Amino acid sequence: MSTLHIVLSLGCALVLVQLIVLMVRDRLPGRITYALLALLELGLVVQLVVGLAMVFDDHRGVSVPTYVGYLVGALVILPLAAGWSWAERTRSGTGVLLVGVVLLPVLFLRLHDIWSTHV
Amino acid sequence: MSEPSTTRRSTGAGFGRILVFVYGVFALSATGRSSVQLLTKASEAPVPYALSAFAAVVYIVATWALATDRRSVALVAVGIELVGVVTVGAASIVWSEHFADATVWSDFGNGYGYVPLVLPVVGLWWILRGSR
Repeated sequence: MSTLHIVLSLGCALVLVQLIVLMVRDRLPGRITYALLALLELGLVVQLVVGLAMVFDDHRGVSVPTYVGYLVGALVILPLAAGWSWAERTRSGTGVLLVGVVLLPVLFLRLHDIWSTHV
Repeated sequence: MSEPSTTRRSTGAGFGRILVFVYGVFALSATGRSSVQLLTKASEAPVPYALSAFAAVVYIVATWALATDRRSVALVAVGIELVGVVTVGAASIVWSEHFADATVWSDFGNGYGYVPLVLPVVGLWWILRGSR
């Protein structure tokens, strides 16, 4: 995986641990969690820009719509999760954020697979 | 179906909130996948692509029904989803020559960590729990 994806995955892992601690202690996410999520989202914007540049430069037979689909998918996951969890400020709401940060590394792996099978 | 009592919580609340989000993710990914398949290479593998589109519709209906506490609609959608994943899963192994490209439900959702197989079971449990 690219350095960016490794950094982003570590960020997801960090937020994941924090969310688990919050859920176990039955606390709601605070400023630090949302700041970390915002940072992650910023990283995903960078991923989108880098990914688009890669796929429109020399995509070597990679399916452009599929690749772009995963890039955009990764971009919208956290805002959707945050919005949906905000409507229910409970442990389950925090669980929605947890699903979001677990999902992101899966998408990174998919992006990596799509790219590397065509090299 | 009887009117939901005022004390009964919506299927979209509590654990249902997490469930609806997971359904939403599958609705998005199945829609994305089938759109790409149908728009770019519809003739290559018509059977799996039609099934992908069908799965996308089922996931969209299930997400909407669970989120808005429409239990009977949710029950039908999730029931179809369970039958779909088992049937398509079995068919994709038995008649693999007709499944040149994957759908969400191929090989019992193998490409998605078998989540498509587990999800309808959890969904049915969640909808039926406490409704008798």
